[in-house]
Amino acid sequence: MSEFEAVIGLEVHCQLATDTKIFCGCKARPEGGQSVADVGANANTCPVCTGHPGTLPVLNKKVLEYAVRAGLATGCQIRLKNVFARKNYFYPDLPKGYQISQYDLPICENGQLNLTLKDGTTKQVHIQRIHMEEDAGKNVHLSDFSLVNLNRACVPLIEIVSGPDMKTSEEAGAYLRALYAIVTSIDICDGNMQEGNFRCDANVSVMPKGSKTFGTRAEIKNVNSFRFVEKAIDYEIQRQIEVIKSGGKVVQETRLYDSQKNVTQSMRSKEEAHDYRYFPEPDLIPVKLEQAWVDKIKNSMPELPEQKKTRYASELGLSLYDAGVITGSKTMASFFEMAVQKLGAAAKPAANFLTGEVARLLNEENIDISQSKLRPEHIAEVVKLTQDGTISSTGAKQVIASAWKTGDPVSKIVDQEGLKQVSDVGALEPAINKVIAGFPQQVAEYRSGKEKLIGFFVGQVMKETGGKANPGMLQDLIKKKLSS
Amino acid sequence: MAQSNLEFKTIKKIHEAYNAKKVSPLELTQDFFKSIKASKHNAYLTVCEERALGQAKAATQTLSKSGKVPSDQFPLFGIPLGLKDVLTLDGVRTTCASKIIENYIPPYTATAVERLEKAGSITLGKLNMDEFAMGGSNENSAFGPVLHPTHEGYVPGGSSGGSATAVKAGLCVAALGTDTGGSVRLPASYCGVVGLKPTYGRVSRYGLVAFASSLDQIGPLTHDTEDAARILDVMSGHDPKDSTSAAMPKSQVLKAMTTAPDWSKVKIGVPKEYSVGGLSPDVEKSLQESLKWFEKKGAKLIPISLPHTKYAVAIYYIVAVSEASSNLARFDGVRFGVRPKDADQSPDLPTFYKRVRSNFGPEVKRRIILGTFALSSGYYDAYYRRACQVRRLVKQDFEKAFSQVDVIISPVSPSTAFKLGEKSKDPIKMYLNDIFTIPVNLAGLPAMSVPCGQDHKGLPIGLQFTTPAFQEEKLFSMAHAFEVRT
Repeated sequence: MSEFEAVIGLEVHCQLATDTKIFCGCKARPEGGQSVADVGANANTCPVCTGHPGTLPVLNKKVLEYAVRAGLATGCQIRLKNVFARKNYFYPDLPKGYQISQYDLPICENGQLNLTLKDGTTKQVHIQRIHMEEDAGKNVHLSDFSLVNLNRACVPLIEIVSGPDMKTSEEAGAYLRALYAIVTSIDICDGNMQEGNFRCDANVSVMPKGSKTFGTRAEIKNVNSFRFVEKAIDYEIQRQIEVIKSGGKVVQETRLYDSQKNVTQSMRSKEEAHDYRYFPEPDLIPVKLEQAWVDKIKNSMPELPEQKKTRYASELGLSLYDAGVITGSKTMASFFEMAVQKLGAAAKPAANFLTGEVARLLNEENIDISQSKLRPEHIAEVVKLTQDGTISSTGAKQVIASAWKTGDPVSKIVDQEGLKQVSDVGALEPAINKVIAGFPQQVAEYRSGKEKLIGFFVGQVMKETGGKANPGMLQDLIKKKLSS
Repeated sequence: MAQSNLEFKTIKKIHEAYNAKKVSPLELTQDFFKSIKASKHNAYLTVCEERALGQAKAATQTLSKSGKVPSDQFPLFGIPLGLKDVLTLDGVRTTCASKIIENYIPPYTATAVERLEKAGSITLGKLNMDEFAMGGSNENSAFGPVLHPTHEGYVPGGSSGGSATAVKAGLCVAALGTDTGGSVRLPASYCGVVGLKPTYGRVSRYGLVAFASSLDQIGPLTHDTEDAARILDVMSGHDPKDSTSAAMPKSQVLKAMTTAPDWSKVKIGVPKEYSVGGLSPDVEKSLQESLKWFEKKGAKLIPISLPHTKYAVAIYYIVAVSEASSNLARFDGVRFGVRPKDADQSPDLPTFYKRVRSNFGPEVKRRIILGTFALSSGYYDAYYRRACQVRRLVKQDFEKAFSQVDVIISPVSPSTAFKLGEKSKDPIKMYLNDIFTIPVNLAGLPAMSVPCGQDHKGLPIGLQFTTPAFQEEKLFSMAHAFEVRT
């Protein structure tokens, strides 16, 4: 890697959480926990979103509002006169043979996103543009034929295009997480990554370190998890470096990431690339936005993750990194606030559990906290019980893991798994006495000044109590006994 | 007796006959089906007999109860109409005269059609046309050409040839056509009926299978201007399903027509670019006679200039084919478009698409290829973008002209109907037939073809009235006055 550096730009497709689709009255969002894609093949469709001859699109105004919110949250300029364009290509999941999108006149341009990396350094990434478009349907491939489900066709999307500003998969991951935090916190995206609410194409190239000319880029299509994007980028950078080192040339192409094998594979070359033949969509008149309307949206914007992060750090004493993880999605932030503000948990330990154990579990299953069985009550209770010594910190992790699986109340888990620490002096005294009586030599050594032997005694009493003694309390009790 | 019922040709006459109990909606409808079946014109592609007779029976019952045509509520009560087969009717096959969707059954009805039926009309069936409305002679139908209603061996004009022939030949009272570059006005002119292209945005395009979205408009073909007025008043007005439909109420042209224009105040524009050669002597003569009539009435004839007319046909054949190449993409054999047997055996998607899309007719293929080329990267600026720029100049020509005149008068076509096969080998010659009608579509204006005479063979000649956008009231009052001049 040393003699090369990578250039990464990301295109994010974000499904907007409007009630209806972008150009017709069909539902655009899951109802009652069901996914729009799964309500029964093609059940969530109408003549417009299935592209019946003679039908026409009518723009859902909510889409404009959501796109403007995204633009304002990323510091973009908002274009007041919007033109839609047709992007023409043939594919079975595209019923009209073209996608209604925006081309040279996108609704938002020239914004930026500030990232805080793990090592505490910051980085600014340029947002080139955000435009509105419709989603396509979904092809389902069976053994010797394929089916098309158009439930998702015409669901509104915004495409957010970054500058080629990132150099590592970590920066790309941080950018995606920051963007995810924004779109979920301003209520324009449900953020369900498994459902494809938020998915990413990565443009990756490598060039000799310090070079001013970018190398030939490959585009990795449609990755829908933060971890997979990072892995795909790492793989792709390495692959391109090896191609160059072995005297080859990187070709411009579209590649797909195979998460099982952790490789990217060629999908189509530049020669096979589509000429999209964009032209202004004649079925939609240009949409003019009023500046006053944009200002109204501006004034109604909620607190952005960046602001929330700074506030958590200054008001609650969290580290910037922890605050960043917690403000990484709207649901995580409100989960935290519920536990801390409504249920009275201490902020720092609550944050520690969320950025540690909980974040690990979320990552493992690639889901959002709102989809898990864990509730703010669990965390508040765990914090409380750890602080008053009822459970140990190891026990706390065990409680969280169990609550994650079952959703059972903390008290029930503590009882069932016998995690309660013995903090009753009367119950501990016999065990202490037994240990003191059993190790006279160590007692003598301790009394003669070898105070670090306290750990030995604590360990022995722990053994005696089957590990249930409250270690903090135990130490005090043993010290008292030995010095008397 | 049966045939004579069809002598009640116009909506007004039919309503009078209904009121006088000379004929019932059911009898009239049955008579139309008899003449449709007896006809050799190939005007209908699909008849909806059962559906139409059901509508006619209901109308007959209503009439026997009320005793009088409820024309206030149902201005088209019991009026049998035909629809160009590019307009959708729920559950009825819509082919666009193309093999590629010969079995397509739409699940919804076009807004304009829905409004006509709500106003009491009876839909007899779907009318033949040039495939996907591409053509000027109706020779491009995959189901065979439509024949001229009165002159054997001649074309009826296109693309709404079935509509024009059906009206003239007594196969329906009136018909809907669509006009992208003259497709209502040209066949109306060739067949001797009235044909209206409303202002772009006046009538909803929802349910009109698009050829060129920025140019297409639905319009009636009728025996007289009064029928056209009644139909426009019913089907115009904003439609929330069509973003390009103007936020305006329904037109009130029937009412406006009752007052004759004050000719002394009317200024008539005669474009000098339209008379530079090319006009057949008969058409030229008929135009001059018509202009003399206006002059005699006291109107002022003012020579005007529409300097960008010479580019109009070229612009049209870039804009229209570009939009068409995209609009027709959905006929790919996946959801829409007939899938031939060998398509399912295709080794890959491109082969599949090739096998499906080879079923377009030759003119449609020609235009899809032209349009695909005009939009391609590297050519877009030189063709599509440039065409759109010059289109604005064409529009400005009209705006400038209309600052001086109320209406522009011209022929609809440089010549009258020609013989079947005469021009089909020469697409450019065919395209030039539309030289007077195309600029109107490019500018989005309303225009009407009104019969104004005949050539030496007795073939009809049409006169084109054009006014500023959304001034159909003015258009109709003048066209109507001209129509009843003798």
